[in-house]
Amino acid sequence: MEIPEKNSGRGGAILSKIATNDQHGENSEYFDGWKAYDKDPFHLSRNPHGIIQMGLAENQLCLDLIKDWIKNNPQASICTPEGAHQFSDIANFQDYHGLKEFRQAIANFMGKARGGRVTFDPDRVVMSGGATGANETIMFCLADPGDVFLIPSPYYAAFDRDLRWRTGVEIIPVHCSSSDNFKLTVEAVEWAYKKAQESNKKVKGLILTNPSNPLGTMLDKETLKNLTRFVTSNNIHLVVDEIYAATVFAGGNFVSVAEVVDEVDISEVNVDLIHIVYSLSKDMGLPGFRVGIIYSYNDSVVSCARKMSSFGLVSSQTQLMLASMLSDDRFVENFLMESSRRLGIRHGVFTSGLKKADITCLTSKAGLFAWMDLRHLLRDRDSFESEIELWHIIIDKVKLNVSPGSSFRCTEPGWFRVCFANMDDDTLHVALQRIQDFVSKNNNKLVEKASVHDQTIQNNNAKKQKWRQGNLRLSFRRLYEDGLSSPGIMSPHSPLLRA
Amino acid sequence: MKHLSTKVTSNAHGQDSSYFLGWEEYEKNPYDEIKNPNGIIQMGLAENQLCFDLIETWLAKNPDAAGLKKDGHSIFKELALFQDYHGLPEFKKALAEFMEEIRGNRVTFDPRKIVLAAGSTSANETLMFCLAEPGDAFLLPTPYYPGFDRDLKWRTGAEIVPIHCSSSNGFQITESALQQAYQQAQKLDLKVKGVLVTNPSNPLGTMLTRKELNLLVDFITSKNIHLISDEIYSGTVFGFEHFVSVMDVLKDKKLENSEVSKRVHVVYSLSKDLGLPGFRVGAIYSNDEMVVSAATKMSSFGLVSSQTQYLLSALLSDKKFTSTYLDENQKRLKIRQKQLVSGLEAAGVTCLKSNAGLFCWVDMRHLLDTNTFEAELELWKKIVYEVKLNISPGSSCHCTEPGWFRVCFANMSEDTLDLAMERLKEYVESTDSRRVISKSSHERIKSLRKRTVSNWVFRVSWTDRVPDER
Repeated sequence: MEIPEKNSGRGGAILSKIATNDQHGENSEYFDGWKAYDKDPFHLSRNPHGIIQMGLAENQLCLDLIKDWIKNNPQASICTPEGAHQFSDIANFQDYHGLKEFRQAIANFMGKARGGRVTFDPDRVVMSGGATGANETIMFCLADPGDVFLIPSPYYAAFDRDLRWRTGVEIIPVHCSSSDNFKLTVEAVEWAYKKAQESNKKVKGLILTNPSNPLGTMLDKETLKNLTRFVTSNNIHLVVDEIYAATVFAGGNFVSVAEVVDEVDISEVNVDLIHIVYSLSKDMGLPGFRVGIIYSYNDSVVSCARKMSSFGLVSSQTQLMLASMLSDDRFVENFLMESSRRLGIRHGVFTSGLKKADITCLTSKAGLFAWMDLRHLLRDRDSFESEIELWHIIIDKVKLNVSPGSSFRCTEPGWFRVCFANMDDDTLHVALQRIQDFVSKNNNKLVEKASVHDQTIQNNNAKKQKWRQGNLRLSFRRLYEDGLSSPGIMSPHSPLLRA
Repeated sequence: MKHLSTKVTSNAHGQDSSYFLGWEEYEKNPYDEIKNPNGIIQMGLAENQLCFDLIETWLAKNPDAAGLKKDGHSIFKELALFQDYHGLPEFKKALAEFMEEIRGNRVTFDPRKIVLAAGSTSANETLMFCLAEPGDAFLLPTPYYPGFDRDLKWRTGAEIVPIHCSSSNGFQITESALQQAYQQAQKLDLKVKGVLVTNPSNPLGTMLTRKELNLLVDFITSKNIHLISDEIYSGTVFGFEHFVSVMDVLKDKKLENSEVSKRVHVVYSLSKDLGLPGFRVGAIYSNDEMVVSAATKMSSFGLVSSQTQYLLSALLSDKKFTSTYLDENQKRLKIRQKQLVSGLEAAGVTCLKSNAGLFCWVDMRHLLDTNTFEAELELWKKIVYEVKLNISPGSSCHCTEPGWFRVCFANMSEDTLDLAMERLKEYVESTDSRRVISKSSHERIKSLRKRTVSNWVFRVSWTDRVPDER
């Protein structure tokens, strides 16, 4: 790995390692898709041939409901004639406990988003700068530099930055595989835990996102219970990022770790080890308002996280507005129901559209995305180079920005996360049309199906390890040259060669 | 609990300091004109509550900004989704221009060099992460804002080494003090990465002189280190002299595009000048593109709410508003400060001559039983619990001389300030009769000596008064 020379020639006034290393993860080639999108963004009328953004997990489906509420509730804003009498108090309010009504409203909303099956204590609600800030802060509270957190893979790419960059914490993936639908098992966690300990690593806990990003799947109650038992018996922490809690489609069953804490016998779960991260960015589609929440059952963590929230408080203007909105039970209940319904419909439209192109997705009942199986389109089923190659084709030829599985540290090539809730119906239709056109055009492909068995998986892991260590920077040009020069894995009729 | 991080269990957040304990006492028994007239008056909070009416008036006249509208169209959706860490371009532009206006348009700020942060609390911490490794040190002149212990050191692992300033010259930074601090750091085996100053100063309320600024720039040049200038109070200057920023000095020394200028970083916020601490608007300004780049990425951990950015971009783009505001803010601060100073004088107490900030640096050395920090703490407790005023003891600001206190004046009504001064006067009068008798001859000689000296410090003993030169 190249050592940055950015600090050379500056004598004593060099910048910190954090400022100059690549641990923020943003130099990764995975941002190529974004860059391409930024240069040529799709617009239904102004740029109908541009790239459609399907790499951004935003929820745009219910903003109309929120907008209407705001219009009908001018007193919730400090800027309107109806609300201006609160202006000076709110503008002045920087107490890191946050507005009491805000915490109560958040606790209320969190409970309702879990079907009223659990209640949350407003005094345990701690603010942060989005879930980004919350995840970093919880690491600062639970781990010292060099400590380890286990994390099931595939996982949200930015965790590499949020959990590690400034904290010095190390994350070790617990690999999940397609052979059992990427399900997280306690056995896999135990194995990873043991392996880490054998390498003399100090494991402080397990962090997972439930519902999962990028999978969209949810943990079943039994597994969640067993995980809480596991962390308790090993005296390590469990952090559950429930940022997608209310993106469960109508009919889905989300089990929050809060429910498990209630149900599991007190002798089997040490609640001081259980922490929840939350945010309104996905459930409500308000990432711009920066509302992150840490909810911990551990008093010391609540206290410390609250002090640290000074580094990322929620704007008091935003707190006030949301305090009012989220304590409006009628609004909240209708919003949650409607959001769930719209997401389910959108998901259905998207996955059936993909089916028409013979593309399947992992079965999921939550999230703002689908985990798409494109293994059959890979030039070489065992290679991540092939995945990247396919990805570049999708960006350049199909003109969709999707996210390759390797960016989520998936151990099997060929999976892609595709977002479907960040656009209107027409755009979704165009995207599906493009996919269907592309696939039918290339239907005479003769890609050999690589069989998936243990040896292949091990090869994948080894290759992936080597690839990661080498910090390979692949450009499309180089891939293309590789493709041309590599000995006949690929059929001479493969469309990917032609592309 | 040993399975939490050391950050949880250490005291490095600094919250056990008396600075915060006074707050806690206030919270338990807060003064209210009607509901709790005998409660503690909060004078430990550097807030600016003097000009909300101006902002409220502006809001009433600008319904579009208030209602998340642009040209009559709702932009709610765009704002709800906007989480780009580069910030709203119109907001950064307006902020840059506001910063220029505060500096009399003598220097320019490029919006592309601004990084937004969640308050200057976050801005300062982020700069530390960018400039220092754990164990590296920054030199800070004492006395300094107590929150720096948390903001600069807690999660970053950086260290603070004090540059000792004394009342003998009005707490100005001297070359020898700088060198001494640098050497002290080296003795402690700490690598010095830079100097951080707050200008205008908290808690002193004074502005750094050109001489001090030149000294600082020369110092960081020779040592090849950074200079952070926290100019959060730049818009609270109410004296006859205008505010001189480190940017002015760089310009005057023709160092604007030099290597040195890349090591000078300015921190700003709207919490003091505009009195909007609740909105969490901080900024880092740096000429070093790598710092800007790294800090921008780090701002992900504390972005400014988009609805707040939008509101403030409209507010600050209204030049008529900003010039009226800055003018009026200065006028009101000046009057209010004078009210505090006169009230203190009536109680036989003087303070450091100042023309900025939201507080005065008050000299209560003559009220101490002994010239010790224990005595200072005793006096402070009496003032909090008996006089019922929450003020900040100098020791919480790392002052090297006991007996100084920071007293805020811009966070309460005139009537409340009057009441506070009355209480103080009563207390001083009641204790002074006891004090004159017990004062040692050593103290008397010391007080006689110091009486003659500088423009900056006035020392008043019970028996003597030096004419006011303000």
